[in-house]
Parts: sequence; C-alpha cells; structure tokens
Amino acid sequence: MARFLSVTLGGLSGGFVYAAVALSLVLIWRATRVLNFAQGAMAMFTAYLAYRVIEHGASYWVALVVALVAGLVMGAVVERVLVRPVENGPPLNAVVVTLGVFIIVEGLAGMFFGGTPHRYPTHFSNVNYTFGDVSALAPFDIWVIVAVAVVAVLLGALFRYTDVGLRMRAAAFEGEVARMLGVRVGRMLTLGWALAAVIGALAAVLVSPNVPLSPTSMDAVFVFGFTGAVIGGLDSPVGALIGGVGIGLLLNYVAAYAGGDLQTLAALAVLVLVLMVKPNGLFSTTVSRRV
Amino acid sequence: MTSRSSKTRLQLVAVGAVLTLGAAACGGSSGGGGSGSKASAPGVTATTVTIGSHQPLTGPAAPGYSEIAPAAEAMFKYINDGGGIHGRTIQYKYKDDGYNPANTVDVVKQLVLQDKVFAIFNGLGTPTHSKVTDYLNQSRVPDLFVASGARLWDDPKKHPYTFGWQPDYLIEGKILGKYIKENFAGKKVGYLYQNDDFGKDGVAGLDSQLDASTVVDKQPYETSQLAQPTGIAAQLSTLKAKGAEIVVSFSIPAATAVALLTNLKIGFKPQMVVSNVGSDSTTLTGLLGKFSKGAVGAQLLNGLVSDSYLPLTSDTADPWITLFKKIHDKYIPSLPFDGNVEYGMSAAYTFAQALDAAGDNPTRQSLIDAVEKGGFKGPGVVPFRFSKDSHAGYTGVRIVQLDGKGVATFKSDASVTTDETSGSIDPAPGGAQGKPGDDAFLKP
Amino acid sequence: MSVLTLTRRGPLANTLVRHLAFAVLGGVVLFFLTSTVSAYRDFQIANVGYYVVAVAGLTVLTGLNGQISLGHGALMMVGAYTAALLLERDNPLPLVVVLLLSVAVTAAVGALVGAAAARLRGPYLAGATLAFAVGLPGLTSHYADTFGGDNGLNVLTGPPPERLGLDFPPERWQAWITLTAALITLVLLANLASSRVGRSFRAVRDDEVSAELAGIHVARTQVLAFIISAACAGLAGGLTAVVSGQVSPGAFSVALSLSILAGAVLGGLGSLTGAVYGAIALVLMPSISSSASDRFTLSTDVQHNLPLLVYGALLIVVMLAAPQGLQGGVRRLFGLLRGRAPVTSVRNESVTEVSVTDPER
Repeated sequence: MARFLSVTLGGLSGGFVYAAVALSLVLIWRATRVLNFAQGAMAMFTAYLAYRVIEHGASYWVALVVALVAGLVMGAVVERVLVRPVENGPPLNAVVVTLGVFIIVEGLAGMFFGGTPHRYPTHFSNVNYTFGDVSALAPFDIWVIVAVAVVAVLLGALFRYTDVGLRMRAAAFEGEVARMLGVRVGRMLTLGWALAAVIGALAAVLVSPNVPLSPTSMDAVFVFGFTGAVIGGLDSPVGALIGGVGIGLLLNYVAAYAGGDLQTLAALAVLVLVLMVKPNGLFSTTVSRRV
Repeated sequence: MTSRSSKTRLQLVAVGAVLTLGAAACGGSSGGGGSGSKASAPGVTATTVTIGSHQPLTGPAAPGYSEIAPAAEAMFKYINDGGGIHGRTIQYKYKDDGYNPANTVDVVKQLVLQDKVFAIFNGLGTPTHSKVTDYLNQSRVPDLFVASGARLWDDPKKHPYTFGWQPDYLIEGKILGKYIKENFAGKKVGYLYQNDDFGKDGVAGLDSQLDASTVVDKQPYETSQLAQPTGIAAQLSTLKAKGAEIVVSFSIPAATAVALLTNLKIGFKPQMVVSNVGSDSTTLTGLLGKFSKGAVGAQLLNGLVSDSYLPLTSDTADPWITLFKKIHDKYIPSLPFDGNVEYGMSAAYTFAQALDAAGDNPTRQSLIDAVEKGGFKGPGVVPFRFSKDSHAGYTGVRIVQLDGKGVATFKSDASVTTDETSGSIDPAPGGAQGKPGDDAFLKP
Repeated sequence: MSVLTLTRRGPLANTLVRHLAFAVLGGVVLFFLTSTVSAYRDFQIANVGYYVVAVAGLTVLTGLNGQISLGHGALMMVGAYTAALLLERDNPLPLVVVLLLSVAVTAAVGALVGAAAARLRGPYLAGATLAFAVGLPGLTSHYADTFGGDNGLNVLTGPPPERLGLDFPPERWQAWITLTAALITLVLLANLASSRVGRSFRAVRDDEVSAELAGIHVARTQVLAFIISAACAGLAGGLTAVVSGQVSPGAFSVALSLSILAGAVLGGLGSLTGAVYGAIALVLMPSISSSASDRFTLSTDVQHNLPLLVYGALLIVVMLAAPQGLQGGVRRLFGLLRGRAPVTSVRNESVTEVSVTDPER
C-alpha cells in the first residue's frame, strides 16, 4: 500500500508536465486544426536556451523567463511563416510541415548544443518527503504541479474573462464570422500558437531535470502529452489537463510494476484504445467526428 | 495514374540509378597512401602514420570520455613535435559514434575504407567496439588498445588483430570483490551494472569473490534508461528495499551520477563501490554539480571506493603526472586535468611504444608482432599481460577511496590477478612502472 | 530518349515483361558499377539498396494509399531483429530464407499496426505511428536477454561465396545482396501499382466514399497497403542487419523513420523512381555533410546534424513549393523535352491529392 501510494504521488509531477504539453497541443488544434508535431522539439530548444543562460550565471527565474519568451517568439514565427500557408490545405501537408520543423529544430539543437544530455537544474530540493513508508513528492515536484496548475488557471481566465480570449475563441471556431465582426483572425491564430509554445517551454523546463535535455529528449514527452490530449479530446483544454495527469499516473504504474522501458508502448496502447472506443476523447464537447 | 507514367517508371529507375551512382563513383576512390619508399602499409607514408578511432564525443557516454581522444591526440602531438616515431608523425583521426553501435560500424568502415588508416586505436566502448572487431579482423586491420575492459578483446585465435589495454572488468570485479569481503565483512551487497559485457564481466568477477549469501540483488541498467523520465530509480529502489548496505556499480560516469542523485532523492545511503571507468571524480563532480546547479557535488562522492592502475592525478610528485600536466597545459588547456586525460595520454603512449617497436618501416603485421612481444613499461603501476597467447592489457588495479572533496587516495597496494577465473589475487610485482624518457621519442 | 520509345513495342508492351527487362538492364549496369568503384562506394551502394526498399515501401503506403506512417523505422527494426536472431543460431538458415522470414514477421506486425491504422486518419495516424516509433526500441531493453538491450546483437554474416575468390570485397557482395533485393522489390511494387490492387489503393486514397461505392472494401485495402509497406520495411531491416553486421535500438530511432519519410517526399510521393532518388539522397547526405565539414572545419556537432536540417527543410519546401518532389521535377523536364505539358500526369501523385483523406470530409 505504501508503495502504491508512493508510486501514485510520484506520477503526479510527470502527469502535470504531460498535462501542460497536452494543453499546448489542444490550444494549437483549436486555433488552427493542426497537430503540431514540432511542439516537443520547440519546447526542448527553449529549455536549451534557458540552460545556456543558467550556465552563464543567470538565476533559475531569469532562465525560465528566457525560455518562455523564446517559446512565444518561436511559436509565433513558426505559425506565421511556415504553417500559415498550409493551414487551410489538406491536413497531411500540415503534418509534414510540422514534421519538417521538428527535424530542423532537433538538428539545430544538436548543432548548437551538442548531443550530450544535460540535466536541467531543479532550483528546489529534489529530495522526496517521507511519511512513514511513503516516499514521494520532493519540493521540486510540488513546484512543477503548482506551476502547471497556475498556468492552466490563468489560461482559463484569459479565455473566459478577457476580450483577447474571446476573440481568440471566435477566430478559432468561427473564423469567417469573426472576421466579419472585425476580429483580426490571422493575428489571433498566431497568438494561439505563441501561447501554446510558451506552455510547451514551461513544460520542457519542468521536465528536463528528470529527462536530461538532449535534442530528442522531448520525443517521448511529446508522445505522452499527445496521448493525454487525445484521451481528453483534442478540443477540450480541461480534458487535456485531466488526460495528461491521468497518463502520468498510468505511466508511473507501468514503470513501477512492469518496467520503465514499456512506458511509451503503454501510451501507444492507451492511445489506440481511446481512439477505437471513444475517438473524440472522454471530454470533448464537439459533435461526433471520425478520426 | 496515367498509363504513361507507369510505363516510364522502371525505365527511370534504371536510368536514374545509373546516372546518380555513376556520378557518385566518379567522385570516389581518392587513392590510398603515396608511393614513397617508406610507405610500407596502408596509412603509412614517408612522413606520416595515420590511425583512426571511434569515440563518444556526444551522447550518454560523452561526459568524461569525450576528453580521452583529445588527450591521446595531445600526446601524439607532443611526440610529433619531438620528431615523431622513426621520422614519421602520428596523425590521429577520431570520429564521433555517440556510443551508438550502429554509428560505430559506419564510422569504422569510413576510417578503414575511405580514410585508409593504418590501425584503429583505442576505439571506445563495449557495446560499440564489439560490433566492429569481426570486421577489423576480417580486414586485417590492427585494432589496438580498445578503450574498454570487456574480456572480448583477449581472443588471439578468433581476433588476432585486436588487443585490450586497461585491466579487464573481471580482474577489477575480483579485486573489488575481495576488498569488499575483507573490509565490509557481513554487509549486504547489491549490484548495479550496465547490461552488456562491461557489466556482466564485472559481475562475474565480483561473484567469484563474494559469498552468494551476502549478495542481495543484481540490477542491470541500460544507457537509454538514463534519458527516460523514470531513469534508473526502479533499480535503486529495489536495492534499497532489499536492504543493500553496499552498492557495487559497474557503470559509465553519467550512470554513476544518476545513481548518486537517485539515492539522494529516495533517501538511500549505501556504501558505493564503483568501477574505475565510472568513478572519475572530476567528471562526477562536474555532472553532479551541473545536475543540481551546485546544490550537491563532490560531497556525494565522500567515501566512494574505486580502483586505479595509473598514478593518481593528484600526485604531482609522480613524473608521469608532471609530464601529462605539461602536455595538457600546452595542447588541451581547456579540458579539465582528470583521469580521462591521463587515460588518453597513457594509452597513446603505449601505442607510440608499439609503433616504435614495429620498426623503421612498419607493416600491420609488424605492429601486431611488436605488441605480442610486449615488454612495454609506462605510467601503469601493474604490468601488461601482452604476449602471443594473451591480448589482455594491464593485469591488476589498486583500490582507491574518494573523500568529501572528491580527492582520491590509495587504500591498498596494487594487486594483480593471476587468471581469469578463480585464480589467486596477489600483490603486484615491483618495477612495473617505467619512467618518462625511457623511450627516446618521448622527452620529458 | 530512344530507350523510352523502344519500350512501347513487341513483347515489352506487357507490363511485367517490361519491368523485368528494365530490372535486368539495371542489374547489369549495377553489376559493372559495383565492380569498378572503391570498397567504400560499394558500402554506400549497399546502403542505398536497403534504403530503396524502405522508401519504396513507404511510397506505396503514403503515395498510393494516402496513409502516413512515422513508424517505418520501427518496422525496419522488427525485420532487422528477426534476421539477427535467426542468423545468431549455430546453423543459420540460408540468407534468402532469413530475409523472407524477416519480411513475413514484419508483415505480420504490419498487419496489427495496419488494423489499428485503418481506423485512424491524418494527424491521429501520424501521432500513433510516432508513438510506435518512439516506443518500440524500449522492448529491446525490457527483454534484454533476448534482444541484448542497448548493446544489441552481433549479426554473423559469412564471407562472400568462395567461388567469387578469396579476395572478393565483402562490401561488393553486400551491395549485390541489397541491390538484388531492391530490384526485385521495385519490380513487384511497380507491377502492384499498375495492377487492380494498385488501382484500388489509389481509389481509396482519392476518395474513400466513392471507393466504397465502387465496391472496394476500404479498411481491408488500407490494411493490405500497410502489410505490403511493412513487408518492405522488414526486408530493408533484414538487409541493414546484414550490411551493418549488428542490430541495436540506436539504429532505429525516430530520426530514421523521419528520414525515410523525407526520402519518400523528396522523391515525390507515389513515384517509385523517386524512391530511388530519395534513397540515394539519404545515403549521400551524411557523407556530403561529412566532407563539407572537413573542408570548412565545422564541428562534429554541425556535421552530424546538417543532414537533419536538410531533410527538415526539404519536407517544408516540398510541401510549400513543389508537392511533386524531385521526381515531379524530373518528369516535368522529360515532358518539356518531349514537348508535352506534364502537369496533368504529375498531379495524381502530388501530396495535394494524397491528402483527400481529410477526416473532416
């Protein structure tokens, strides 16, 4: 029982990171109906920049800001320059373009930062608390959970209570109508990508102490986030959060009771299962649709 | 699909293949060595000897190990600047394989077929190098001083061109096992080991010395796990749950560092005993400090037991260390002066000795003969085993222990082991170490 | 040009005969080519051989049938490990049998993946196959006793047959093996493409509903395409094991899957000729990058990653500017030489058409 509790609590911080990745994928999907395969790689790159900044003596917080700003710029540029031309085209073209971005960003990271994994500093202690036989949740894990939760709440507030949020939702769902009402749809879509990339950057900074930073380090994290997003339904931010945390817990059970090497295959099994049984995800609000 | 396009399809396959491959062929095959009178073998010209290597300049094994080849090259440059060997300079081409066996094959074929190297020197890694030994021996390319202590390299019948250099992991396991048995009597021992011949040879050595009843568990790890979210926490949690008081780790430096940090995270405080290749304190301190932004560092190494067959880098009175430091400061000042640098220079020195002994006009065979003749003395505190029947290198090690600043001290005299199984472990004979300057080509 | 017109007459009017004739012609030319170049070029040509098989297989799936796969590197891994495990035994089966078993096992795995894939579309399929590519190498660690973990397995392939002479370069022998496999694969796939099955592939790609109305079983067709494509990947994997002399999970990374896709896109999806160009590019890129960095003294980090940058840029540029890929360009050139406007014949193979599998339709 103590072990089960340790494992469950241990899965939380990973789960919140996957939730952040899932959330960022959902934002992009809602804005442009594109699944951004480069999301993990772009996030990895921003975390590398932050790592470099830390190496040059900056604090954890300055580095975090650097990562977030880099994400903002990168997301906006990629959407505006590369994805915009294929946004309304066939989905496969958009997939291939984001795959292109994925490979380029990984290649650039390899060029600039080398292929040797680096562990990102934690800033907070990474020593677990122990309660009796239960050993879990280092202060750093709590920071991860809090950071993602705060971002999710802020994002919810943005969409619900602000003018910009409303415009973004309008641009995403009823582009033509929104345009007629004077919303600058293109700008809103770019903003959606930029925000998503910011959340991705946060996720990368949070996960890189445990998954050492390398050009491919976010590949598996992306798969987990994608799985979380599909569980929740690619249209549902709340579903993404729940799906992300759920997949985090599940993967930690897999790692503890079956083997860490099987995590990605377990994610694949969940992914296929969900798509077969409930293709719109467990929380999607939109009408039924073939995947 | 129109019928026209399907008709032309295969025609174009043929035409296209021929055109493009033809173009590739024309650009190819730049000739091998020149035809000077002293170009006695592939890779040997009147003024140069070109050798090659595969090294983990990137990837999981790069921390620490990426310094080895530059250090070896620095030694070669120092020798070259002093006039070289028989008037030839040594050109060292080392290529990155990222500790990925698939890349190793490509890189080595490039070195042998395209760059036409005289020999492969100090190819690093057990999983990597084991994929090219067959190829190198079929191609009759000398494969000297593999940078790994797996026993695979000592098989003169099957692999007459391959030689080890450092003490094999079985020797190390035996001597570490004996030390544990004598100094930590009755304590429960757990193993952590890399799941290949590196780890398995070490485990075999340990098992030959330790009572099976004291060994509570043996946990393998894969290098790819170091990059996974859960890392190697499962292995260490299991060792903790089984009550291990001593953890013996046959691991690369990155894995040792991850193990130490994981222990910290899960509140596990065993006595660590780490194989030589995974215990360089400068490398580990760097990794730990980086991983935690200075929150932890050398203090995690406090009390760690390991072993060495070379002088300690902190021993500035040793003439070899003085020389190595001088070479380091001249050619590779940006690298830390640590065990990896010492290793690279020492191995390079043995290669220079072998090349020197191979004669005025070395051939691949004369190089092999020279190593089999043996008798090299250098920085090592134990003798080599090289002979016609043995392609194994150093025969023993000396136990060391690190303190809270990561500084190593010797805990025992050097031991050598007599054979590869249960044979006795004896004190090393004196006089195994040579002096810089014994060989004319190396001026101290 | 005379070659191109010659084929329209006599026995060559038969598709199979014509394809065979060109395979034989190609074989003869390649025989002389491999016999004259250096051992290192033969090694590269051997690599081209298996890449041709893999890229052609993906071309059939994505180009002809409209399904995307980011998991072909993992399927190659299945074939490679099958071959390695079979060759590991004391009395290994003949190489041909081993390779056929690689094909069979991978096709079986492909059937499983394909059954799931047939229910997924576009981005979902891409995501699921990506998960497959990222996850499958983990099996080698989990079952390390069988698969050797990260260390992988040594693959024992005997020397070239003795009647070729004792000094016969093993690289040339390997080139012959992979080129033979590549030619056979191309003949089979070219015939498939022009057969009824190939037409049903394209019909499903172009419009699933119409295909269904025309009596084509859509899901079954998609699974079949996946199986054929996986079989090619399996053969390619078996050949890599032979050429490389080892199998290890590091050889079958996501980057491999993506470079195969890049090769297929570069060659123009749907064109087998393009698959050959794509494969050649995949082999030449790293070595061009290597010599470029030697010349300009770039760091190894740059050298290793330059090909990735080029592949990525290719994917984007081809999608944005020239969806027909390289082969489209070559055809257009041939078309111009013949004084025809080639655009109509090329259109069918462009990705723009492939993508009609929009889930929203």
